Amino acid sequence: MSTNKTKFPLSMNLRKGHVEMTHGAGGRAMAQLVDELFIAHFDNELLRQGNDQAVFASPGGRLVMSTDGHVVSPLFFPGGDIGSLSVHGTINDVAMSGAKPLYLCAGFILEEGFALSDLERIVISMAAASRKAGVPVVTGDTKVVERGKGDGVFITTTGIGVVPGGVRISGDRARPGDKILVNGFIGDHGVAILSKRENLGFESQISSDSAALHDLVAHMLASVDDIHTLRDPTRGGLAATLNEIAWQSGVGIDLCEDDIPLRPDVRAACELLGLDPLHVANEGKLLAICPAQSAPHLLAAMQAHELGKNAAIIGEVRQDENRFVTMQTGFGGSRIVDWIAGEQLPRIC
Amino acid sequence: MKYVDEFRDRKIARHLAAVIAAEVVPQRLYSIMEFCGGHTHAIFRYGVQDMMPDNVRFVHGPGCPVCVLPVSRLAQAMQLAERFGVILCSYGDMMRVPAAKKRSLLSAKAAGADVRMVYSTRDALQIARDNPDKQVVFFAIGFETTTPPSAVAIKQAAAEGLKNFTVFCNHVLTPAAIQHIMQSPELREPEAVSIDGFLGPSHVSAIIGSRPYEYFADRFQKPVIITGFEPLDVMQAVLMLVRQINTGRHEVENEYFRVVTRDGNRKAQALVDEVFELRRMFEWRGLGDVPGSALKIRDEYKDFDAERRFALVPVNIRDVRGCECPAILRGVKKPTDCKLFGTICTPDNPQGSCMVSSEGSCAAYWSYGRYRRQKQAVEA
Repeated sequence: MSTNKTKFPLSMNLRKGHVEMTHGAGGRAMAQLVDELFIAHFDNELLRQGNDQAVFASPGGRLVMSTDGHVVSPLFFPGGDIGSLSVHGTINDVAMSGAKPLYLCAGFILEEGFALSDLERIVISMAAASRKAGVPVVTGDTKVVERGKGDGVFITTTGIGVVPGGVRISGDRARPGDKILVNGFIGDHGVAILSKRENLGFESQISSDSAALHDLVAHMLASVDDIHTLRDPTRGGLAATLNEIAWQSGVGIDLCEDDIPLRPDVRAACELLGLDPLHVANEGKLLAICPAQSAPHLLAAMQAHELGKNAAIIGEVRQDENRFVTMQTGFGGSRIVDWIAGEQLPRIC
Repeated sequence: MKYVDEFRDRKIARHLAAVIAAEVVPQRLYSIMEFCGGHTHAIFRYGVQDMMPDNVRFVHGPGCPVCVLPVSRLAQAMQLAERFGVILCSYGDMMRVPAAKKRSLLSAKAAGADVRMVYSTRDALQIARDNPDKQVVFFAIGFETTTPPSAVAIKQAAAEGLKNFTVFCNHVLTPAAIQHIMQSPELREPEAVSIDGFLGPSHVSAIIGSRPYEYFADRFQKPVIITGFEPLDVMQAVLMLVRQINTGRHEVENEYFRVVTRDGNRKAQALVDEVFELRRMFEWRGLGDVPGSALKIRDEYKDFDAERRFALVPVNIRDVRGCECPAILRGVKKPTDCKLFGTICTPDNPQGSCMVSSEGSCAAYWSYGRYRRQKQAVEA
């Protein structure tokens, strides 16, 4: 007798069905959703153990753990969706310590009435992103909230990784004289999201840059052994991330506007909407800070990687007790690059 | 970017800077008021002040629409959202401005009021069509630039017979405000910064033309250069002002001739005239009551006037104590003269309106200008 058939006598209607309160109630409907959707797509050995937790051997070295909640609206956007974003976002947070990400954990909060077909699409995308990155989703959780109390789906992912011996990367290690590098065009994600927002009536071909950066990081670490700081400039853009680093390290930062890679169409969209590209979110970018003598080597290594083809040196760290982030403008003057005040775009990741 | 990059060319900027430096008279100070927030923003964002000789100073004027709206009017907009339960449609900048007890439209929204950010009056009209059982009010603010779209919205609503759409009109007029600044008693005090010339509005002038400034330039004997919002526009206009000041002229000149004509956009003017009429008196934040400086909706379109449809209660609110916004808006004080600046008043916790909008002079000083002060201090 097939166990599957007796466990779930009725099949789920993934094509036309919707999330119901029973999908989170702990009964057979929930077990079926977990089995036929989540386990089916995320399939891996640890998940197949079927326990409420994943049990794995502890790798040697320093462990890294990070978590990220994803509430992006719209759920599907050019270049990605909430599923792939939730995998990339957490992998990147782990990788910015120099760590090799090992496992992911995913928590889903579903809203009653959410189309199962959309959920399946998201889970498939998430599984593909995790497989491509080589970082499996090994455990998770599902909850359902009443209609009107969520926004379709929220996904929280947690990642665990291990830092290779000898690597010391932290936001407080930027030193005067260090160079600042970015792995490519900035602002793509924020503008891609903006272009899809229903009330803007703004069409563009710009895709989100959402990507897992751990392989690029491994490649960078293999080529240069004195990277001081790595960070992914997501919400708040380059401006927020550089201000954070300036405060953490007690230094000033000076950028050169002409050297920052920016696509002409992203620039035009920002111009039209009155946004500063330095404040716009990225989901596949990292900032690296290293001593000046290592910078050319690091740049070459980044440019040799698929995700760093358009990498550039965009500025340097200087001594400044005020911890200002400044920029030499393309026009020939200088200005402060401040944190964004308030919100520029609601719910971008 | 075509038609944009040409106006941000570094080589031309350097050349212009050299010409300005060569033409200024070293012994004198050139105080130039840029009326518009758009100019303030451009000056800081591109670092234009860095390229000016030390004796050319910008005085930031009151031309930021969010900054000059008195708190009492904002409080009335909040009444609409909270007491009358309407869907209040507002431009984004307005949402964060603090009214009484630090409450803003954003906090009213968080507390349950239906406040929506719109990019244009068309969005507001659509919200009205989509919600026939709710009253929808467009919170109209701004100078002559944003007035024609409000007029179009009202005419469109009338044509469609929309019963649930009104406009809370707070449109103000530029020439009256400039005149008021020049008549400010503070400017006549001996220690006051005297203003030598004006950078005239760009977008506003696209609508009203350059003619309305002629009377003003003549009466107060101050040159006015209508100029665009790009950094090279600003530098070219400074050069034109320096030349007028050096030769004792006080004319209206048009640097922004690629957009502005002497007569302006007559079609837009006619539209505005059809829907709006002059308000006898209107309060400006920082300037106080300014006669003939604002518009109200004509009787023919009274059905679309939120002030007539809803019994709004007049509100009397004072600015935060110590806030120098009023003096800063008149150009008699700099943001750094204010005790609150950078202490309790920052873009994340704005106490006055000049800190809220990115076009406000305090926000511009904070975001782009602090480094310069530091640099000057080090150099000194």
